[in-house]
Amino acid sequence: MTSAYVESSLTALADALAAKAISSVELTKLFLDRIERLNPVLNAFITLDRDRTLSMALAADARRAAGENGPLLGIPLAHKDIYCTQGWLTTCGSKILSNFVSPYDAHVVEQLKQAGMVTLGKCNMDEFAMGSSNESSYYGPVKNPWDIRRIPGGSSGGSAAAVAARLAPVATGTDTGGSIRQPAAMCGLTGIKPTYGVVSRYGMIAFASSLDQGGPMAKSAQDCALLLNAMAGFDGRDSTSLDRQAEDYTRDLAQPLAGLRIGLPREFFAAGMSDDVRAAIDAALAEYRRLGATLVDISLPNSGLAVPAYYVIAPAEASSNLSRFDGVRYGYRAPDYLDLADMYCKTRSQGFGAEVKRRILIGTYVLSHGYYDAYYLQAQKVRRLIADDFREVFKQCDVIAGPTAPNVAFELGAKSEDPVQMYLSDIYTIPASLAGLPCMSLPCGFGAGNMPVGLQLIGNYFDEARMLRTAHGYQQVTDWHLHMPEGL
Amino acid sequence: MQWEIVIGLETHAQLQTQSKIFSGASTAFGAAPNVQACAVDLALPGVLPVLNKAAVACAIRFGLAVNATIAPRSVFARKNYFYPDLPKGYQISQFELPVVKGGELTLLVAAGKPGEQPYEKTVHLTRAHLEEDAGKSLHEDFHGKTGIDLNRAGTPLLEIVTEPDMCSAAEAVAYAKALHALVRWIGICDGNMQEGSFRCDANVSVRRPGAPLGTRREIKNLNSFRFMQQAIDYEVHWQINEIEDGRAIQQATVLFDPATGTTRAMRSKEDAQDYRYFPDPDLLPLEISSAWIAETRASMPELPSEMKARFERDYGLSAYDATTLTASRETAGYFEECVAAAGKSNAKLCANWVMGELAARLNEADLGVAASPVSSSQLAGMVARIADKTISSKIAKDVFEALWNQAGPDADNIIEAKGLRQITDTGAIEKLIDEVLAANPKSVEEYRAGKDKAFNALVGQAMKATKGKANPQQVNELLRKKLAG
Repeated sequence: MTSAYVESSLTALADALAAKAISSVELTKLFLDRIERLNPVLNAFITLDRDRTLSMALAADARRAAGENGPLLGIPLAHKDIYCTQGWLTTCGSKILSNFVSPYDAHVVEQLKQAGMVTLGKCNMDEFAMGSSNESSYYGPVKNPWDIRRIPGGSSGGSAAAVAARLAPVATGTDTGGSIRQPAAMCGLTGIKPTYGVVSRYGMIAFASSLDQGGPMAKSAQDCALLLNAMAGFDGRDSTSLDRQAEDYTRDLAQPLAGLRIGLPREFFAAGMSDDVRAAIDAALAEYRRLGATLVDISLPNSGLAVPAYYVIAPAEASSNLSRFDGVRYGYRAPDYLDLADMYCKTRSQGFGAEVKRRILIGTYVLSHGYYDAYYLQAQKVRRLIADDFREVFKQCDVIAGPTAPNVAFELGAKSEDPVQMYLSDIYTIPASLAGLPCMSLPCGFGAGNMPVGLQLIGNYFDEARMLRTAHGYQQVTDWHLHMPEGL
Repeated sequence: MQWEIVIGLETHAQLQTQSKIFSGASTAFGAAPNVQACAVDLALPGVLPVLNKAAVACAIRFGLAVNATIAPRSVFARKNYFYPDLPKGYQISQFELPVVKGGELTLLVAAGKPGEQPYEKTVHLTRAHLEEDAGKSLHEDFHGKTGIDLNRAGTPLLEIVTEPDMCSAAEAVAYAKALHALVRWIGICDGNMQEGSFRCDANVSVRRPGAPLGTRREIKNLNSFRFMQQAIDYEVHWQINEIEDGRAIQQATVLFDPATGTTRAMRSKEDAQDYRYFPDPDLLPLEISSAWIAETRASMPELPSEMKARFERDYGLSAYDATTLTASRETAGYFEECVAAAGKSNAKLCANWVMGELAARLNEADLGVAASPVSSSQLAGMVARIADKTISSKIAKDVFEALWNQAGPDADNIIEAKGLRQITDTGAIEKLIDEVLAANPKSVEEYRAGKDKAFNALVGQAMKATKGKANPQQVNELLRKKLAG
């Protein structure tokens, strides 16, 4: 029998813990037992450490006994394996870090520990967050809890599957070009990528530094807001972290949506979106109209250039970021080699998977002498044009809405042979990433194969609270976010 | 046939900051391997660089000292290459937009051969940029393996690049010495060449007068001025021979071997790497406000060039003296204290003693001027006694020796105790001269017969009789008078 607690919201869990209806240890065990039963099917976790997890829960209970009472104290969560966690294997989904036990905690991990959260384990992901299907993980693909023949999305696919299957109440993810939003859409979750610079990247293994941003993945906008409260904040160890006053992302949730101007980018509703997704999105927009919002037709004329620009900038940064994985100081090293060059060559050939190698090659190429101006500089110019487009449309609307992905989750293996098709899964998520804007996905119905469909919202810089309120208002009158995969 | 030599220098000056340029680890020299390498220096997954403002402050000081432009906005870029002592697989440096642009350094090139005159030379700077140092690969002691020490990884460096302005090894060495003095003067680098705090690469080429620039070879890691001189001289000689023998120079990086005194190619242009520079997305552009520059300017010491000009103007010193005295802040400071105590009119005398006897003795004893056993006020006291003719310059050497050996608290004490006071009493000297004339009739006769040499012999006898304490000028005058009379 499934305990009601595995479906509870964070506020309900906090209340139960505060009322001593359940202890952190008991709650944690519920999830650990569920993980034990379901993870062999879903492959959502790479690393589990029951003893370590329970000792954290025990510590949380002790803190509560000592009088502490934070909103996240004693609540378990799962971390994407991109976050360095002291004493835990931290693989980033790669063979090259298959033996790397982090000696330190990422800023996000530190903050959540401080809040008293309990780490359930480290979630599977596309290798170095490069992928949209979780099939590039060295630790095998994650299965979508709604249909285990299908992909959960990526790269935060393990985090998405874990929360969707109620193996964890919430999870951390990271988003470079859609890695929180797209799996959230595929798995029927709510996930938010904050404004670039809101969440510290310290200890988050870098894929593309100018785009990477951590964020929460949860069942509802309210849970996302609560978790984001603890994840966000200035960190002097990340030079791109923004030194702003801390804010409460739940503060505007209860505000009505009447009068809200929702922009609908023409380009997002053109050909490319499948009919089932379109139907669910249209229905969601109708719901917003009923809630008193105004729908505004807007245009992001350069958004068509986003995917090509992204596939220059992100691989360029990645090709350099991944140079440190050289077999010299930590991580995997090839067992046999002739000399230094051979050691590098074999270590990296054996340690990285195909998708990572592809992106290192693309990135190396576009930064090469003679190609830099034509590719990298050009892509940076396109990036600025895209950001300018957004700046313009936010004069006409408060928040932007559209699909998160063109299709529902596809079957495992369906696109793994065609990288370009795979890259196009992120056609709607990449523009906001390039602009550094806050954006999120929330469930808005079901499409083909009874698979979840995600609605994407994009807010203006630092306008997370309003975007979350837009999602929350919708979730107050719909129950898509409360659906749970059957048969688990 | 005539050849022109063209030299440009790139200097890496290690900046005197407490911590590294992008991490909080210490930069102190000599610790056990890898104990001063933190997570950032080790390039653990997930770590990020944070710029040390103290390193930027050093760059600003340098820019102001060479009258360069401090870029209001400069950019850190990644220089990508694989090497075991480069933990991230890239070096954070500056490429397109360096923090310091332009600037110049004027120096005095010493005479190379007897008969030549020292001359002033202005070397123009292309740029100076901030970057991090790599670690060290240790090939000894590891039997077929290489040890990696990352203590040095992330140490802040200022790379200072000149235009190809220098025309001889002597000019290159003079520039390097002047730069070395300057970075120490403004307190941004300790200049310790043995520890690698100040190292130079020389780009050398030769050409026929009026011809376009020849192909250059870069001599790497010159860590002493003597090696720089030898390496450039050898390289120039080698290049001229190659061309005269009909072989073209290939662009290459070469190393100087002090044991053989020769340079040898390390890698050729074909092996040149594509560093794939691009702006580091982990670091924001470096913005330097005019207020920060103004604040730094206000905290700058008087620069050696300014001080040199002042010494020439106010003290009437020659360019050579002024340059020598401003070789270090310590020497200049000592000299100024000396002048302050001895009086401005005695500046030249002070300069002579500071650059002459004092410098020689300090050099012999391998002491810095700060550790001089003779203090500036002691030297000034002695100079004052030379100036007021209490002692002669010759006797002063004995006084200086006594001061050096701490034989007395000051010159006056020593002069009194040893009875070194110059005899200036005309009567006493006349009496002495009479005695000398009486005792040396032969010399007197010779002098009167027109032999000038005999006069010198008589002066010598008179001086000897006074144990050198008579004023030689006075002796001269009185002797002539007596002989004439």
